[in-house]
Amino acid sequence: MVDVTHGAAIPPAEVAEVDLYHPHSWWTKYVFSQDAKVIAIQYACTALGIGLVALVLSWLMRIQLGFPDTFSFITPEAYYQFITMHGMIMVIYLLTALFLGGFGNYLIPLMVGARDMVFPYVNMLSYWVYLLAVLVLVSGFFAPGGPTGAGWTLYPPQAITGGTPGGADWGIIVMLVSLILFIIGFTMGGLNYVVTVLQARTRGMTLMRMPLTVWGIFTATVMALLAFPALFVACVMMLIDRTLGSSFFMPAIVEMGEQVPTNGGSPILFQHLFWFFGHPEVYIVALPAFGIVSDLISVHARKNIFGYRMMVWALVAIGALSFVVWAHHMYVSGMQPYFGFFFATTTLIIAVPTAIKVYNWVLTLWRGDIHLTIPMLFALAFIVTFVNGGLTGLFLGNVVVDVPLSDTMFVVAHFHMVMGIAPIMVIFGAIYHWYPKITGRMLDETLGRFHFWVSFLGAYLIFFPMHYLGLIGVPRRYAEIGDMHIFPASAHTLNAFISIMAFIVGFAQLVFLFNLIWSIRHGREAGGNPWRAASLEWQTPETPPGHGNFGKELPVVYRWAYDYNVPGAKEDFIPQNEPGSYGASREHR
Amino acid sequence: MSVIVVFLAVIAGISGWWLSQQRLMSKPWLEQGAVVFPGTESGSMPAAKLGLGIFLAVVGALFALAASAYFMRMGISDWRPMPVPKILWLNTGVLALSSVALQCALVAARRQQSDTLRLGLVTSGITAICFLLGQLMAWRELVDNGYLLTGNPANSFFYLLTAMHALHIVGGLVALAVTTFTAWTVEWRTGRLRLKVELCAMYWHFLLFIWIALFVLLNGWAARFVDICRQLLT
Repeated sequence: MVDVTHGAAIPPAEVAEVDLYHPHSWWTKYVFSQDAKVIAIQYACTALGIGLVALVLSWLMRIQLGFPDTFSFITPEAYYQFITMHGMIMVIYLLTALFLGGFGNYLIPLMVGARDMVFPYVNMLSYWVYLLAVLVLVSGFFAPGGPTGAGWTLYPPQAITGGTPGGADWGIIVMLVSLILFIIGFTMGGLNYVVTVLQARTRGMTLMRMPLTVWGIFTATVMALLAFPALFVACVMMLIDRTLGSSFFMPAIVEMGEQVPTNGGSPILFQHLFWFFGHPEVYIVALPAFGIVSDLISVHARKNIFGYRMMVWALVAIGALSFVVWAHHMYVSGMQPYFGFFFATTTLIIAVPTAIKVYNWVLTLWRGDIHLTIPMLFALAFIVTFVNGGLTGLFLGNVVVDVPLSDTMFVVAHFHMVMGIAPIMVIFGAIYHWYPKITGRMLDETLGRFHFWVSFLGAYLIFFPMHYLGLIGVPRRYAEIGDMHIFPASAHTLNAFISIMAFIVGFAQLVFLFNLIWSIRHGREAGGNPWRAASLEWQTPETPPGHGNFGKELPVVYRWAYDYNVPGAKEDFIPQNEPGSYGASREHR
Repeated sequence: MSVIVVFLAVIAGISGWWLSQQRLMSKPWLEQGAVVFPGTESGSMPAAKLGLGIFLAVVGALFALAASAYFMRMGISDWRPMPVPKILWLNTGVLALSSVALQCALVAARRQQSDTLRLGLVTSGITAICFLLGQLMAWRELVDNGYLLTGNPANSFFYLLTAMHALHIVGGLVALAVTTFTAWTVEWRTGRLRLKVELCAMYWHFLLFIWIALFVLLNGWAARFVDICRQLLT
């Protein structure tokens, strides 16, 4: 053992830096609140609200794909607008905002034993700028010409030319402005999360005792702070191209028989900037999910997480590696073969730390006392789905396999598995897990199980067939594939089947939404620690935690967050803030 | 994209060094009951200072990415380098002066000399505003000579980079104004004011560094340097 001090006589730590903010009125308590917990709920509600818009858009797309030309308002242009908005909302305004702004805000201060974020005022601003970004995004629907239909990657030159919906109108401008606002808002929040983890941990909470949830959110935030500037630069440059007519990205092109005034610009330059952000973005969403899942399976399998150190190292390694793989999104844009080789290699290397994590989750479950609670079901669903999506990632990471598959539904299936379904499973699991802490009541069990099974099985019925469609060559981004002889009749039947499943899964989400609202009043009383979990957020004196989180004195941390079923302990878990050590040898663990 | 990769490598190096001090090899499952681990508690550095440091890393990434884009765009045949206005030399000097003044203010704040402190803050603010005016004059000169934003990507980048830098100065001026205001009204001896001056100085020095890097880039020296390196390597 190292040079450490034992015993219970350690005075509780008061972290002097944080001036706790005290609300004076209803407005400053619930609306313009500087309390991280309220901000977290605001973030989450806004993200889920805009997520519903994305859900409806996906229905509209599926109507068109499954039953072409049923509705006259779904023109090919409208279809592109739906694709673009659905992708952008899900990736940035829902997943990023919910994981970092929602869970980050709620869990970081509670889990590291802080009273609040270190810069509460900046934190509040962060939310309001985010809300503004969302409103600007939504305003695109009402702009002349509608929102942009450039695809969520917004590739120039098509994003800002007249042939694309919103390209010559307001759509693309609104989208770029919204993204710029989002990045500004996120940077404010991100600084908070990082500095809080670094400077506001309570006494005894070393980095290596933090729950993996905090590690995941922390690493992802650091990555996001360094990756979002790339999107920022790209957006600003494209905005100047579009409004002032410069030629950063715009090559010399002829549009409608007329030469546009731009020339010489490089669309590839945009792709480099975009994917320098875009690839880390995948892990910005995935790392918090990794962290949360580690905590969920440890708590609900009543077992310490297997290989905690490896889990931490793997998170950091994935974060670092994800910055040197961006060009694997650009294989089809053409590049020097050596670059392709380099990026294919780094891409496949990421599989190593990721596989370590999967093994460790499985080994945590091994001989665990597995409780199939709803959070656990979602966590298990995540592991399976992530492995599935990861395996197709190995195909697409290779240049020679990627080139023929790149423009097919196979890619859609791959990234929906790995970046859509998998993190969303974690979001659901996390909501079912922490809802009792946030509201003091449990979510309804029956509705929850219904929600889980329909979502999980339904998601597989949607995206598994899509792999097959991709392999037989059904292209993505097409509003309809028509009666081309290369596609068998089964492709059309399958498309219709996928669409019907999409409607069913979508309706299951409405059940979830109902559950969320209904349980606030009518859910079963949860008590302070319904899952009997060891980490600090479950040890607060009040549930929901009061202002300042921990009552008069901050907790002192005596152990890591995973002491479950420790031999010799009174209960099957030991809270992090409980002093003393338990006799039995633990060297075997 | 080499500029940003090098920048991130530096960041990764610093983070890696810091992480290596955090007992990443420890076995937390064996350390039950222990509380104090020397050197691994929350840092003692003021949160605002650390926050600003991280923010500067983000700003650095922003400019590194812009520089990366500059180099990539430069390689395309329609690039016509633009003569850099002479007044930028003067502006560089003025901005350096602003930084020096702020550093003097910081030293004065540490030594509790109120007059020097206030003089330093005001001088720094005025010189920074002079810098911004000088930048505007440089823009005017370019426009008068026909180097418009849309004329050539070199021009576009010149305006984009200088505007981005100027906006950061404007943001800094707001913070500096608040600090200067505090130096007169509130009890100026408090540690709080000293921290504020320190943060302003940090930000100012960083923006001076960014400006010098941009100046080197816009003058074409950076490209020439890269060429020389490339020749040495091949």
